[in-house]
Amino acid sequence: MALETRFHVLAVDDSLIDRMLIERLLKTSSFNVTTVDSATKALKFLGLVEDELRTFETSVASEIHQDVDVNLIITDYCMPGMTGYDLLRKIKESKSLKNIPVVIMSSENVPSRINRCLEEGAEEFFLKPVQQADVNKLKPHLMKSRNKGDQDQEQEQDQHFHNKRKDMEAISSPNKTRLKCSS
Amino acid sequence: MDVGQMQRQWIDYTKSLFLEGFLDGQFLQLQQLQDENNPDFVVEVVSLFFEDSERLLKDLTFALNQNGVDFKKVDAHVHQLKGSSSSIGAQRVKNACIAFRNFCEEQNTDACLRCLQQVKQEYCLVKNKLETLFGLEQQIVAAGGSIPTELSFSG
Repeated sequence: MALETRFHVLAVDDSLIDRMLIERLLKTSSFNVTTVDSATKALKFLGLVEDELRTFETSVASEIHQDVDVNLIITDYCMPGMTGYDLLRKIKESKSLKNIPVVIMSSENVPSRINRCLEEGAEEFFLKPVQQADVNKLKPHLMKSRNKGDQDQEQEQDQHFHNKRKDMEAISSPNKTRLKCSS
Repeated sequence: MDVGQMQRQWIDYTKSLFLEGFLDGQFLQLQQLQDENNPDFVVEVVSLFFEDSERLLKDLTFALNQNGVDFKKVDAHVHQLKGSSSSIGAQRVKNACIAFRNFCEEQNTDACLRCLQQVKQEYCLVKNKLETLFGLEQQIVAAGGSIPTELSFSG
């Protein structure tokens, strides 16, 4: 029933402390982990390279190699340079990578930020500091993406997304006026 | 002192750090991530926190003493410090950073300088406390004992 191969998670965070934490949390859950300190390095690792001279609309950046097998990407939102949100968008725009589930982490509870990420296709949004309970939520997304051809799984995803929106709305209702958004 | 007494001392000291608000539940999470295969995890992460914080506090002091204070930069430093203190469970440092950020927003240099003092104070306190705690741990291990993993707050 359960596959023996370990899932491989790519964790992206510019904070060394947070990288250590997330790596330990993920390894405790028996994931293989690679950590990088920037979205740019994440893209490189995933085989996507920015073509600065791109003058045409492409749905995919130049893809070098696909021998990297990443099952889930978890990324911090606030990072210098490319943010986690930008990374999310690039992944969802990529033909080869768009089915990899992406999870966003942030130290700030900003409802508009959360919604924007979920709408862009993030599976989950974790508030930092990330807990074991959060990491425990990851396996279902990984099992689902492993069976991504299955239509039932897609329906499940829509239902989950719908539930997630409802949860988020419940969280965001109290302090709608106090929105703090750092870059 | 025998190992049992040292362990009780460790438990009491740890409890006091929580009761006095120096540490919050996140620190417990760190401890839970430590095991035989990663026996120094907490010390490693906390040591990083010390290094990181000292650098940030230096940068903050420099930035706030400029003629034209760059509040965006100051805020970015405080944001980082808030993040790392939150990640290790250094509650009072984190709370001091939250207050600090409000004054950054207001671009109030004097208030920011006061906040910086506050953050430095809280940082020094928690650093001393944690170093004391790690000292107790070293004593326990040197005496052949192990660090308690169950912290019951019934007392």
